Amino acid sequence: MPRYGMVIDLNKCNQCEACVTACKLENNVQIVSKENAAVGRVMQWMKMLTTGYDGDYPDARPVTMPVSCMQCDEPSCIKVCPVRATYKRDDGIVAQIYPQCIGCRYCMANCPYTAKVFNWFKDEQPVEYEKCYNTDVSVRPKGVVEKCTFCIHRLQKAKELAKAEHRKMKEEDYVSACAEVCPSKAIYFGDLDDPKSKVSKAMHDYRRFALQEELGTKPKLNYLSEKSE
Amino acid sequence: MDNHHYIDEDETLYRPIYNTGKGFYALACALAAIVLFGVFMYVRQLIFGLGETGMNEPVSWGFYIINFVFFIGISHAGTLISAILRLSKAEWRRPITRMAEVITGIVLLIGGIHPIIDLGRPDRILHIFERGRLQSPLLWDVTSITAYFTASTIYLYIPLIPDIALLRDRGGRFNKLYKILAWGYDGSEKQKHVLERAINVLMVMVIPIAVSVHTIISWIFSMTLQPGWHSTIFGPYFVVGAIFSGIAALVIVMIAFRKAYHLENYLKEIHFKYLGTLLMVMSLLWFYFTFAEYLTQFYGHEPPEMRVFLYKFTGGYSPWFWLMVVCNFVIPVVFLSNKKLKTIGGILTASIAVVIGMWLERLIIIVPSLANPRLPYPTGIYVPSLTEISLLAAGISAFILGFMGFSKLFPLISVWEIKEGRRESVREVTERLNEYLPTSKHVKVIEEA
Repeated sequence: MPRYGMVIDLNKCNQCEACVTACKLENNVQIVSKENAAVGRVMQWMKMLTTGYDGDYPDARPVTMPVSCMQCDEPSCIKVCPVRATYKRDDGIVAQIYPQCIGCRYCMANCPYTAKVFNWFKDEQPVEYEKCYNTDVSVRPKGVVEKCTFCIHRLQKAKELAKAEHRKMKEEDYVSACAEVCPSKAIYFGDLDDPKSKVSKAMHDYRRFALQEELGTKPKLNYLSEKSE
Repeated sequence: MDNHHYIDEDETLYRPIYNTGKGFYALACALAAIVLFGVFMYVRQLIFGLGETGMNEPVSWGFYIINFVFFIGISHAGTLISAILRLSKAEWRRPITRMAEVITGIVLLIGGIHPIIDLGRPDRILHIFERGRLQSPLLWDVTSITAYFTASTIYLYIPLIPDIALLRDRGGRFNKLYKILAWGYDGSEKQKHVLERAINVLMVMVIPIAVSVHTIISWIFSMTLQPGWHSTIFGPYFVVGAIFSGIAALVIVMIAFRKAYHLENYLKEIHFKYLGTLLMVMSLLWFYFTFAEYLTQFYGHEPPEMRVFLYKFTGGYSPWFWLMVVCNFVIPVVFLSNKKLKTIGGILTASIAVVIGMWLERLIIIVPSLANPRLPYPTGIYVPSLTEISLLAAGISAFILGFMGFSKLFPLISVWEIKEGRRESVREVTERLNEYLPTSKHVKVIEEA
C-alpha cells in the first residue's frame, strides 16, 4: 500500500499562488461574496501563509508559503469527529465524507493548522462559474466541513485507468492539481514509501521540515527550507 | 398548633396554581413573543445557512456553544444543590429543593438544544446515534447529558408525587392529569417508605452524574490541542463554575418568585443568607481555579499560549475579561462578606453579577482560543449577529416561561416536605443533636421530657 505525501521546496517556490487557484478550480471550492470574505469566510483548501516580511518599510514584501491540509499521520481532526465523517485511509490520505458530516465543526476547532473550511452559505458564486465545475468532484452542500483531499478523485481515476490498461499504477499517473500546475516545479507529490520517488528522496533532504512537528501530528505535507546564500 | 392552621399556611403555596393575575399573562405573552422571534431567526438560519451567525474562520464556535456551556452550567444549581442539601440533612433545604430541581429540568432542555442549533446539518442529527464514534468527546457529552436529564427529571418527579396527590385530592383543574401523575399515592406508611428510599437512592446517584456532565463538557475543550484549552484543571474548573452560576441563578429565581407569589413566609432571609455564604465560598473557589489556570499559563510562557493570554488580559477581549473578574469575584465578595451589604437586595445584586460573569467566563474561554490559532494565521474577530443574540434572548425567555408554566401546574415549594418539616424536624433535629453532644444528665432530662 502506498503512502501519499507532498513536499514543497520553498527554495523553488516563487509565491505565485498558481497552486491556490488550481486547487480552487480542481475541487469546485466555493467562491464567497466580498462581504463574507471580509469577515473571514474565504474558502481555500490551499492558502498562502504569511510567515514574515522581507525588506524595510516602503519596500516591504510579505514572505508567504503555501499551506493546505497537512494530511497528518496522527490527525487530531479524526479523533474528535462524532460521526466518522473524516477518517484516514489505508494509503494515508485523510478523507472527508461530506454526506455524513453533521457540521459540528469540532474538527475545525481541533486542527492545529486551521486547515479546514466550512460552507457557511449556499452558493454565492456567479452562475457562470458552475459551468466550469470539475465533474469528477462533488459540490458540497451548505453546512459541512471540507478540506484538501490530495485530489483523491485523481487517484480514483488513475487506479481505474491502470486497471483498464492491465498495468500497475505509475508514479506520474496520480499527481495532485497543485503539483501539476506549479510552474517552478516546487511541489513534489507521490508515494513516500517508494524509495525511488522524488518525494521520498526530498523527505531525506537536510532542508526538510514540517510545520509544528512538535505536536506529534506527523504531517505528510513537508517543506524544504530556502537555501541561504 | 391545630390542623386548621396548617391548611391556612399552605394555601399560599397553592394559590399561584389557581389564581392567575393579569401581569402573568402580559409577561408570558412578552416572553412568548421573544421565543417566537428566536424560532423565526432559527428558521432563517436553517434556510440560509450558518453564515447568518457571526462565526467565521478561525472562530468556528460562537454564541451557541457559549450558551450551551452556560445553560448546562446553570442546571447544576438544581439537582446538585438539592441533592447535597438533602444528603447533609440541612433542614433549611425544604423550601428550596423543588425550585432548584425545576431549574435543572428546564435549563437542561434549553441547553441541550443549543448544540443542535449550532450544527450545520441538523437534519443529520441521527447520524450521532446511527454511526456515532464513542471516541469523540461530543458523544460522551450526548451520553452524559441524556443520563443527567433522565436522572434529574426523575429526581424532580419522585418528590413531586405527594404534592400531586394533594392537588388531586383538592379536585378542580387538571384533575385527570394529577390523577395519572400521582400514581395512586395515598400517603400510607408503606408508600412513604418506598418514596423516601427512592429519593435517597436518586440523590446519591445524581451527584456523580451531575459532576460528570460538566467535566465532560470541559473535556470537549481540553481534549483538543488548542492553546488555552488543553488544560488538566478544566474538569473541576468547569464544575466549580457550573455550581457557582447555578447557585446564583437559583437565588435570582427564588427572589423573583418569592416576590411574585408572596412566599416571604417560606423563603426567609436566613435561606438567602445561607445561600449567599455558599455563593461566596464558590466565588473564592472560582477565583482560586482561575488564578491557578492563568498563572501556570503565564509562567510557562509558551508562545501560542501567551498569544491567547495576552488577548484576554490586554488585547481585544480585555474589557470582557476584567468585567468577568469584577462580576465573579469583586462584586460577590464585597457584597457577601460585608454584614451590612448582605441583605436580600445585596445577595440579589451579587447573584445577577455572577450569572453575567459566568456567561462572560464561557465567552472568555471559548472565543480567544479559537481567535488565536497556533499557526500565525490572521487572528480572527468574532462579532455575534442578530440571529445569535435573539437566540440567546429566546433561550433565557424560554427558561422563565417554562418556570412560570411549571408554577401554574405544581407548587413551587414542596408542600409535603414543609408539612413534614413542621411535624417531625424539630424532634428529629433534637434527637440528632443529642447524638452529637457528649452525654450529660441535662440532655437526658430533655429526652425524657
